[in-house]
Parts: sequence; structure tokens; C-alpha cells
Amino acid sequence: MNTSQNDSMVEVKNLKMYFPITRGLLRRKVAEIKAIDDISFNIKKNETLGLVGESGCGKTTTGRCVLRLYQPTSGTINFDGTDISKFPEHKIKPFRKDMGVIFQDPFGSLNPRQSAGNIVGDPLKVHRMAAGKELKERVVELFRVVGLDPGMMDRVPHEFSGGQRQRIGIARALACRPSLIICDEPISALDVSIQAQIINLLEELQETLGLTYLFIAHDLAVVQHISDRVAVMYLGRIVELTESGELYDNPLHPYTRALLSAIPIPDPVIEKTRTRIVLKGEVPSPVNPPPGCHFHPRCHMAVGECSQQRPELRDVGGGHYVACIRV
Amino acid sequence: MSLILDVQNLKTYFHTDYGLVKAADGVSFQVNQGEIIGLVGESGCGKSVSILSVMQLIPIPPGRIVAGKVLFQGQDILKYEPNGAQMRAIRGAKMTMIFQEPMTSLNPVLTIARQITEILELHLDMDKLAARERAIELLKMVGVPDAERRIDDYPHQFSGGMRQRVMIAMAIACNPEIIFADEPTTAVDVTTQAQLLELMLDLVRRINTSLVIVTHNLGVVARYAQRIYVMYAGRIVESGPSEEIFGHPQHPYTIGLLHSVPKLGEKHGTKKLVPILGLPPNLINMPATCAFMPRCEHRIARCQQEPWPELRQVGDQHYISCYVDIRGK
Repeated sequence: MNTSQNDSMVEVKNLKMYFPITRGLLRRKVAEIKAIDDISFNIKKNETLGLVGESGCGKTTTGRCVLRLYQPTSGTINFDGTDISKFPEHKIKPFRKDMGVIFQDPFGSLNPRQSAGNIVGDPLKVHRMAAGKELKERVVELFRVVGLDPGMMDRVPHEFSGGQRQRIGIARALACRPSLIICDEPISALDVSIQAQIINLLEELQETLGLTYLFIAHDLAVVQHISDRVAVMYLGRIVELTESGELYDNPLHPYTRALLSAIPIPDPVIEKTRTRIVLKGEVPSPVNPPPGCHFHPRCHMAVGECSQQRPELRDVGGGHYVACIRV
Repeated sequence: MSLILDVQNLKTYFHTDYGLVKAADGVSFQVNQGEIIGLVGESGCGKSVSILSVMQLIPIPPGRIVAGKVLFQGQDILKYEPNGAQMRAIRGAKMTMIFQEPMTSLNPVLTIARQITEILELHLDMDKLAARERAIELLKMVGVPDAERRIDDYPHQFSGGMRQRVMIAMAIACNPEIIFADEPTTAVDVTTQAQLLELMLDLVRRINTSLVIVTHNLGVVARYAQRIYVMYAGRIVESGPSEEIFGHPQHPYTIGLLHSVPKLGEKHGTKKLVPILGLPPNLINMPATCAFMPRCEHRIARCQQEPWPELRQVGDQHYISCYVDIRGK
């Protein structure tokens, strides 16, 4: 994928992340989980890139690699023009100020013994960006930005509802004024009527603060709503990447088509006219993925060649990338 | 169509240290033979409690079914002892349940074979060999590959989707009259969800049983349910045929719920979601007025003065519990 350096916030090239499976006292490596198997993409400044796929497809691992919470097996990660993929921990730290992360579980991702104000102010202390009165003022400001009453600063997480807790998580992610935020399933744990509140908040924040999002989720309807472009992952690889409207109007990869048709639409009139592609079988294990195209054993379009050669992600026109030899 | 299940004014309360929780507060719904019903609502709205009460699986104490009737094939089964012979003859045989979490609802130390044959031996008086053969047949029906061999596996050797198939096999084992599916696909991925839903629909048609799908996912019921009940804070706030509920929703909560979920195919940036403001209510010591009123855009003075409105008819088989006429607005 060739885009000029300057308009990309993140540029990932040939990223691989293999986790070893060890056995025995000597922790001998017996196999590898190929969580990410050579993927490339970029996130433009002020853009939302959606990352969808089923559990175990590597979308969370991708987010964590971009944050450099993992040391990738190979490949490069350019963050705002600097390759951070091989940096040791002490050199990463200054970059982390520029990256925020919002986690899926608003219960598990907040320390139950800390006050909400402490949780939100913690990144500022870690990066020595504010202290004392200044710190407190910034925390008050952050509470207001995410729509929480600053009077609740001294409460602990269990006193908040799920939606409010997720707002605390968002305020924490915003604390160091980052330019990139990794949203890892930020709304899946919330009630339906609360999800829209959080989606709207994320959209408003992007507009007012000029943020760039990597939005990871399994719900394609939500991802399509919030993202400018969407990447679809299957078993550690990106199979399709295009603008979110184009993905829905003109899905090309057979997996994307099956995924789209599997999502129920809350409208019985539309539902009755849709044909559903029901995939056979289950997602294979990433320890021993099928040869060639990972999707071929479940694909209705597969031919002999599909099991021999890995399909490259190629541009089929207008920035619509697809990894399939049959389209 | 004949009525299989008629739940009338069911009230299940929980006595907690913090106060009284009216988890189901006057819930009524009907299920006809062979019908697929959707029971929709957010977490804590009382949908699970309602069906657990019907099956008399509510832990007593702290729970208590304080009022109501559950007419199953004309008999009020709430009169039966929860653990008595009459209730046990119905539960698991004529009336079965598919739970949300297949890992915790299957016994991890028993083989799949033992868990299915137990039902068959108990309810249908089958001998060991016949039960095993029938169990294999059931596993084949729900699409477990290599059923003869896999029947001797333990639950942890199955994937999430496969475990849910086992749950479905157990639910249909005795040709039930009615199956309750409590969030049957919430724990699985979308493509697996599609597989499981198609499977359930196919089986339900084949053995002509009724199905009640309990879910928070409006899309799931839109495709499969013929009639829908929407619950909020322990009560049914709207009910009607699926096309009516989605096409002409009348209760402010249903309308809000439909506007707050992004629809597939709506272009990015063209439409902002309209969230329902505020939070779902805390069910402890609730006021007598409409529980949705604090979040409702359409509330009028009457809503604040009078108790929660009774269900009233607004269309063919279409009922809402609201004083406001939205259609006129």
C-alpha cells in the first residue's frame, strides 16, 4: 500500500506476531500461534479505521502491537513517521503519551480501589505532565469533556454504571492529549440503550480534538457506522480493506459477504428479502492454519489453486483492497 | 393455532438486603403452538426472570413468585411444587431451555453422552443402549460432525458453537412442546450465530414446537420471531406482531431502542445515532409511576401523577403500556 508518509498517522508493514507454545521444564517451543500473519495497513490522520473479524482473528493483537505492548515477530510499525517496532521499552514511553487506549471491559480495566479522579489523572503522573493543582484542574476538565460530573471524582469504580465507567476509561485515554486512540471493543459490554451514547461521544471527541481512531469490534454495523475505512480480518490476515460504504455496497471477498449476510438487521421487511450465506464449519486453529488462502476450506468459491498460494492484498480500484484470487 | 402457554400477571419479587426488587411485575404473554416469540429487553429488565419463573427455576429465597398464573396446556403449573413429580415431568421434557453460556450449563465432569442419555432415561424410560443410539441421532440432527466418536468427549473438548449445539440437542431430546432460548447466541460469533439460529429454526419447524427467544439483540428477533414482547424494568411495555413492532413502534422505549442501534448499510457520517438519555432504572424500591418516564422525551403531566399504565390496544394484536399517543405526534 503506497501512501505518502505525511498523511499517515500509523503505517504498518508486513507485521507478524507469533506467540510460542512451550512445553516441559525447559519451555521448549513446540508450535507457534500465528496471531498476525503478515498484515499491512495505514491509518490516516483524523481518520477512523475499523477492524472487524471474529474472535481469535487477531484484531486485538493488532491493536496491542500498534501500542507496542507486544514485541512483533517481524515487520515495521511507523507511528507518525518513526519506526517504533524495534524500540526498547524506555524509548517507547514518550510515544505512549501520543497513544490512548480504551478497553472492552469497563469493569476489569479500572482499578477497583482507586478513585475515578486518580484513575483519570494517573497517565499524567506517569508521564510527569502535571502535578498538584494543575493535575486536578486537568482531571476536572477531562470529566467535563466526557460528560461526567466532576463532583464524582472521589468515588470508586463500583459506584458508577457501565456506561459511566466506560466514560472514565475514555477520560483516562484522553489525559495526555494523544493523537491516536485504540478503541478495543469499547461498547460490546454495554447495554443497547447506552451504546449509542458512547458512540456519539467518541464521534464528538474525534471532531473537537482531531483524534485518529483504530476502532476494533466484532459488530460490523457499529464499525461501519463509526469508521471511514474498514479492514476485515480472518485468521491473522486482512482479507478486505476499503471505505465503509463501499464495503457494504460492494463486498468482494467471500468471507466479507458471508459476514455481512450473517448480521441480522432489525427490520423484518428487509430481513425477509435477504439471502443468508451460512458458512460451513468453524474457524480453524491459528496454530495450524490451512495452507494457501486461510479461508479456502469454508469458501464456496474455492478452486484448487486457493490451497496452494497465499492471495496478496491487492487494489482492485479506488482504494478497495481484497485478498482473493477469484475476484 | 392452539394456545400452549398462557402467562397471566406473573409477579416475581426478590427480597434483598437493599430492599424489594420487583424483577417481574405483572408479566403476561401467550405462546401458540409452533409459534416463535421474541422477548426483548436490556439486561436487568426481567426477561430471564420471567421465563425462569415459568419453569419454576427461581431460587427461593431470595426470590418468590408472589402472584400470577402460568397455564401450560390449560393447567396452572405454578400450583405444582417446584421440585415435585408433576413439575419434574414437565421441566426438561415438555418444556425445555437453552441457556446463554454453554460452558457453565453443561456439567464439565460428565461426558456429552451421559448428559443427553440422562434426560432420555429419565423422561422416556429408555434403556441404556437405546438412549445412546437416540443421543447419537440427536447430535447428528444438530450437526455435530463425527457424532459416534464425539459423544464420549467432555464439554471442554467442544468449541463454543458445538457446545451450544449440544444444548440444543438436549433441549429437543424429548420432543418438547415449548423451548425457551435465553440469549442462545450472545456468547458466539456472528457467523456461528447465523449457523445456530438457522439450525434452531429448522428444528423447531420440523418437530413443530414453540420457541421463545429471549434476547437483547433486536436483529435476531426481527428475522425469526412472529410476535415480539418488549420488556422494561420488569414489565411488558409493548407487544405485537414483528412487522408492527419494527414498522410502527408505538412505545417511546421501543422507538428509542430502534433509533439507537446503527443499521447495517447506513453510510458513515450520514446519520447520527439518537441515544436514549439517562440510565436504566435501579429496580430496588421503584416508584409506582412509569419506570421509563425519567428517560422519556414524550412524557406528559399525567405520567408523573398516575401509576404505570395498563396495556392498551393500538392496532391489530398490538399493545402498548403508555399514556401518550405517539402516532398523533
